Amino acid sequence: MSEAVWQRGDLLGVAELSQAEILHVLDTAESFVEVAARPIKKVPTLRGKTVINLFFEASTRTSSSFEIAEKRLSADNINFSTSSSSLSKGETLLDTARNLEAMAPDLVVIRHAHPRVPHALAERLASGVINAGDGAHEHPTQALLDAFTIRRRKGRVEGLKIAIVGDVAHSRVVRSNVLCLTRLGADVTVAGPRTMMPEEPESLGARVVYSLEEAIEGADVVMMLRVQLERQARAAFPSEREYFEFFGLTAERLRQANDDAIIMHPGPINRGIEIASEVADGPWSVILEQVANGVAVRMAVLYLLAGAKSGEDGPTP
Amino acid sequence: MSGSLLIRGGRVVDPTQELDGPADVLIEGGRVTACGPGLPAAESAREVDAAGLVVVPGLIDMHVHLREPGQEYKETIDTGTRAAAAGGFTAVACMPNTDPVNDDPSLTEFMLKQAERAGWARVYPIAAVSRRLEGRELTEFGAQRRSGAVAVSDDGRPVWSAALMRQALRYARHFDLPVIQHAEELALSGDGVMHEGRFSTRLGVEGIPGAADDVMVSRDLLLVADTGGRYHLAHMSTARSLDLIRAARADGQRVTCEVSAHHLLLTDEDVFDSGLDPNFKMHPPLRSAADRDALVLGLADGSIDAIASDHAPHHPDEKELDFVASPNGIVGLETTLSLCLDRLVAKGVIDLARLVDLLSTAPARILGVAGGSLAPGSPGDVTLIDLERQVEVDPAAFRSRSRNTPFAGWKLRGAPAGTVVGGRRIESAGVPRTGAGEIPALLV
Repeated sequence: MSEAVWQRGDLLGVAELSQAEILHVLDTAESFVEVAARPIKKVPTLRGKTVINLFFEASTRTSSSFEIAEKRLSADNINFSTSSSSLSKGETLLDTARNLEAMAPDLVVIRHAHPRVPHALAERLASGVINAGDGAHEHPTQALLDAFTIRRRKGRVEGLKIAIVGDVAHSRVVRSNVLCLTRLGADVTVAGPRTMMPEEPESLGARVVYSLEEAIEGADVVMMLRVQLERQARAAFPSEREYFEFFGLTAERLRQANDDAIIMHPGPINRGIEIASEVADGPWSVILEQVANGVAVRMAVLYLLAGAKSGEDGPTP
Repeated sequence: MSGSLLIRGGRVVDPTQELDGPADVLIEGGRVTACGPGLPAAESAREVDAAGLVVVPGLIDMHVHLREPGQEYKETIDTGTRAAAAGGFTAVACMPNTDPVNDDPSLTEFMLKQAERAGWARVYPIAAVSRRLEGRELTEFGAQRRSGAVAVSDDGRPVWSAALMRQALRYARHFDLPVIQHAEELALSGDGVMHEGRFSTRLGVEGIPGAADDVMVSRDLLLVADTGGRYHLAHMSTARSLDLIRAARADGQRVTCEVSAHHLLLTDEDVFDSGLDPNFKMHPPLRSAADRDALVLGLADGSIDAIASDHAPHHPDEKELDFVASPNGIVGLETTLSLCLDRLVAKGVIDLARLVDLLSTAPARILGVAGGSLAPGSPGDVTLIDLERQVEVDPAAFRSRSRNTPFAGWKLRGAPAGTVVGGRRIESAGVPRTGAGEIPALLV
């Protein structure tokens, strides 16, 4: 089956993926979900494979998720991060690639603050590359796990009304999600304050509105983006309380969405800024399911790419 | 000084004489002494057979970075002027952002000395507006002028302080120096690395809005009106900046502007399509198609004065970094003429006479240097052009020390066929240079 649909050795962005490829990743992930429920949460699928996790930008959530996925597949994994690595800023991409190549990994997972660094390294590396987030460009495994979570909850993605709200300009999550969800047939709206919108936001491929109420009216899924408090976001919104007042998701506001709407967030959440605790912890929230599903989806991606690179279908899970 | 040279049998295109037709050019004592059809063979004059070639006043690239002193690993005055000769340029004006900065007459003198040693093309140093390009204190415009500087600029960065710009415009009037501005409002360009628009949006890349240029141009033009200074806008990139320049000129202000070939031929969509290739990164960034179209119109209708390459060499290792981390700029000396011939002249956007004006006559006028004409009395600087020769841009073959170009692989019709500087034929193909002192210093 994977021979027919999945031929890729790299996962760089959702932009390159067809609908069939996206669905194939989601279908493959279904078979990995139950591994987490086993008393011994490990399958031998990637035994003898080496995976390097190369994080040029701080990440706890995504790097842990990949690491767990790799361990559950029995891969040997090594983590480089900016703090512990000499592969740092100023080294040419070619040198970085050569250093990695010398260690003969099967897969390299890359997070970098600059767009298209994983793409550039993929061109220069024989091993497979997974983009774990490149600047504000793409975060394909996040989009795939979000689509997976929506499909598990709603039974489908096609035809759903999905609102994504927050700092659209600086979010890789929104770019990958809009590409992924629209390719699966969803009706996607993005919203945020004008100071957090990029130029010509319609070019992302979604409907664009500038109020939370308008975005979530009749929505089946509401995805809130993390407000970046740590970056120079201060010019984009005057205060946390004002952001919460106009763009924070409260139970009151959520009434405008469909009754069975689900609430998503890529994490980590800022309680009382983009999302009220009552919503984050409420029955609508699938935020922790996203985290759990992230492991299964990343296992699926690792499995498919390792199989593609070795020229086999890969061992069955 | 070199002997006499007779360039015979070519098609001479010289807008200063409204000349476009068969003519010969005689150069004696480093200067043009006759230009017209069927000149008699001059005694002891070497002849250059220009049959099938176009003969034009030596091209002047009024905006290049030669990197010497300080960054000789990117380029030197020798390699940069050799690239100029190979690209059909007989003169270049070099920006002061060297290391140390050209904020002292001794630097200008050093550059002129190095240029003379190299012997490939004339070099006109541009002095810094401010010491160390820090934007605080003026440099010695007068002493710089006397040493051979032809303009002042802090290019690479803007003269950001309105107060300093106002003083520079006023003070430069004493020496009739143009103030060349790299117009960028830093508070708006911020961390941007490409044009802010739909393609930066799709890539999630920090953008540089067109307004970053326009706000600064607008401010500067108010100061020009206030001071009566002479202002030249470097590497103009937006439709609005062009409109501002038009309005200032209509108002009688002494303003001129240049564009680069890449801003006339490429857009932010090319950056996107390249997959963020660092060879598409420069400042100002490649703008929108609407901006590009406006610039092309401005070229055709005469609103734009000059074309300059903004030749900005960077070592291949620096462009091997990712797009965000790599430095701004591309080389242009060896591609500009062919790009203009193929994409502007052959396509009918402008005619050959207008191209000569843009690449020679206007730069000479703006910089206040001799040249830009083949009328008797002009310096014996000539560019020969072969309109039929097909070339493919091959960075590996560049005479420049650097390779950073977005035009690699472009197939172009029309190419330089040699240059003459002060009556001396420059062998741009790369044969050993002749000794020092052959190019007369021409600061008339």
